[in-house]
Amino acid sequence: MPALSPTMTEGKIARWLKKEGDAVKPGQIMAEIETDKATMEIEAIDEGRLGKILIPAGTEGVKVNQPIAVLLEDGENLDAVDKTVSAPKTQNETPKIETRPLLTVVPSKPIPASPTTTPDEKHFDKFIKQTVREALRDGMAEEMRRDPNVFLMGEEVAQYQGAYKVSQGLLQEFGEKRVIDTPITEMGFAGLGIGAAFGGLCPIIEFMTMNFAMQAMDQIINSAAKTLYMSGGQMGCPIVFRGPNGAASRVAAQHSQCYASWYSHIPGLKVVAPYDADDAKGLLKSSVRDKNPIIFLEHELMYGQSFNVPDDPDYTIPIGKAKIMRHGSDLTIVAFSRMVGYALSAADELAKEGLEAEVINLRSLRPLDTETIIESVKKTNRLVTAEEGWAFAGIGAEIAALMMEQAFDYLDAPMARVHAADVPLPYAANLEKLALPQPENILSAARNVCYR
Amino acid sequence: MLISKPQLQTAAANQQSQQLTIDILRYFRDMLLIRRFEERAGQLYGMGLIGGFCHLYIGQEAVVVGIQAAQKAVDTVVTSYRDHGHMLASGMAPRGVMAELTGRSTGYSHGKGGSMHMFSREKNFFGGHGIVAAQVPIGTGLAFAHKYKNDGGVCITYLGDGAANQGQVYESFNMAALWKLPVVYIIENNKYGMGTSQERAAAGELYRRGEGYGIIGKKVDGMDVVKVQAAAAEALEFARAGKGPVLLEMVTYRYRGHSMSDPAKYRTKEEVEEWRGHHDPIDALRAVILKEGYTTEENLKGIEREIKEIIAEAVEFAQSSPEPDPSELWTDVLVQS
Repeated sequence: MPALSPTMTEGKIARWLKKEGDAVKPGQIMAEIETDKATMEIEAIDEGRLGKILIPAGTEGVKVNQPIAVLLEDGENLDAVDKTVSAPKTQNETPKIETRPLLTVVPSKPIPASPTTTPDEKHFDKFIKQTVREALRDGMAEEMRRDPNVFLMGEEVAQYQGAYKVSQGLLQEFGEKRVIDTPITEMGFAGLGIGAAFGGLCPIIEFMTMNFAMQAMDQIINSAAKTLYMSGGQMGCPIVFRGPNGAASRVAAQHSQCYASWYSHIPGLKVVAPYDADDAKGLLKSSVRDKNPIIFLEHELMYGQSFNVPDDPDYTIPIGKAKIMRHGSDLTIVAFSRMVGYALSAADELAKEGLEAEVINLRSLRPLDTETIIESVKKTNRLVTAEEGWAFAGIGAEIAALMMEQAFDYLDAPMARVHAADVPLPYAANLEKLALPQPENILSAARNVCYR
Repeated sequence: MLISKPQLQTAAANQQSQQLTIDILRYFRDMLLIRRFEERAGQLYGMGLIGGFCHLYIGQEAVVVGIQAAQKAVDTVVTSYRDHGHMLASGMAPRGVMAELTGRSTGYSHGKGGSMHMFSREKNFFGGHGIVAAQVPIGTGLAFAHKYKNDGGVCITYLGDGAANQGQVYESFNMAALWKLPVVYIIENNKYGMGTSQERAAAGELYRRGEGYGIIGKKVDGMDVVKVQAAAAEALEFARAGKGPVLLEMVTYRYRGHSMSDPAKYRTKEEVEEWRGHHDPIDALRAVILKEGYTTEENLKGIEREIKEIIAEAVEFAQSSPEPDPSELWTDVLVQS
């Protein structure tokens, strides 16, 4: 009895179309089987003669894999095979399921240890002050000079010089072969980039904003993230998907979403979210050099802000390693992207009240630098997370789970999450401000966890 | 099928005749290999040795065999989930494909991909993709890489008549035509997208679907391996010359269901019998071979025996290979640098 669907366990022989002694050829229909879903035909797969029908027509409840007939090849006779079919193998035993530890509590495969030395510890003599926008552009330009297989593709990246001017000057330096304007066709050019990565190139795919990458979600997740695994390691996809993520200013719900937790959910992706120009350049260069698909979440409202960046063409920042922006012993504030700035200004305020906050800039969301967070909480015993996205199943929720699993005994107060209001982002200025997390929200959350 | 042996007795004609014989017999062998492989895969599915979804290629063999015969080694291939035939035609080992179907460590994806997700970089076969039409932008990207690297290659991107209604196909057509990418799109029109006939799902003729983008389209008898080869050779030459994409609609038919659990309520037995009985690509080629005297009945039997052995060996390998080691669960999620 063949299994005719993934879930079939038994079936009925509706009728036999061949009788004992009939010659059969591959492809000829032998019988009709009724399953729970439908009546289906089964065909002979070998040439020969129908020697014996073991299960007559009309029999119900025939278990999958129970022999239903004997097919004789040339020269075989029934006596010789009778014995072998009379005792069917018990193939329907429940498969043994190996017990494994609860993965969320004790990962059987630990996330690779974070690098122990960070470039922050490396000494740089020379810094230049530049905007996040310029740092991103320089990061791309340096990688494109280093590797001729790196190219930039997206809407308005070439002649327009970037919808947010991030790719300014790149067309002039690298030409139209390597800086490519696409039609407005996110799923198409995301998939095309993935194919080019499979074909040996290193694409940087710019989404005008990450909101539009939802159109390409299937390609990013099913094609870019999963193919390495599904191919047993053959099909690496070295690609960077980058663009502004989260809220901008008064562009309302469809253009103002934080996708951090969406992408961070997916094994096979790395997700990074720079805060300042230093992060932007160092992380982008590491992302281009990485052999995996990277989601690079920028922030429109940070593009114009200036910071110091090491003046070194080989400056990179390891993916998977957080940065402690400010040391403190009274509480820990974990943030990423634009919220790092808010956390730092909240920390300044807190200092005036006698509370020293340690501010962690996550830099990478997947892999998450759990070690740095836990070590900090062991010291401060209090934790606030800040993100621009919604709380439900968000990055803060993930960190809360991490606290339960790995730092339960170190917390002196329940942690607090700062996040967007659980509504689509409104347009009106006052409502938009109410919906998005503000420095004051971090401040009051910090006071709460310190019982102030 | 018009493949009479050349009658002129010049040396050149002799050589041409010998090459034609080699080609014709290879088509026969390759199509039969796919047919027998798929029949056995169906049987193993029935025995519970293959799980999940399993989409058989029986009936459509002339398409991949004809196209593969027109390709160059540098060319790349990508297709959807009805992919066993494409893999065998690409030269991937039947035992490795069968072992993947049975979920064993010796399969092409170490047992982690299954029927719908297999790849061979060595053979330039880029999958094996499970989402209808997702392979079309990917194939367009492989073509982009051919052009970028200027390696003279063309990407052959297969899709079904069902996939031809997905939006991303047209996003791809647009970019391929704009940038004159070396890609040949092959629509394998087997008449049904799962259980919905092409007539009920698609407005207009499929081979004309690229017209708005300036993509030349052609309808080909996909049950005739020689016609397929000729059309593919022409299309590949066009794309390789930098003139842009070409679209070929291969009219073919799948004898089996969409997947193994297909109740076949949407078409008549007579229809299936008509195609199987009167348009079968292997039967047709066999008749030509004997009629034109390419080889003898006895030699064809020899080919059939050889294939039977290859398949038996593949099945034995696929059944006796171990399942993946539990540690394999954690590998290949990311490239470790």
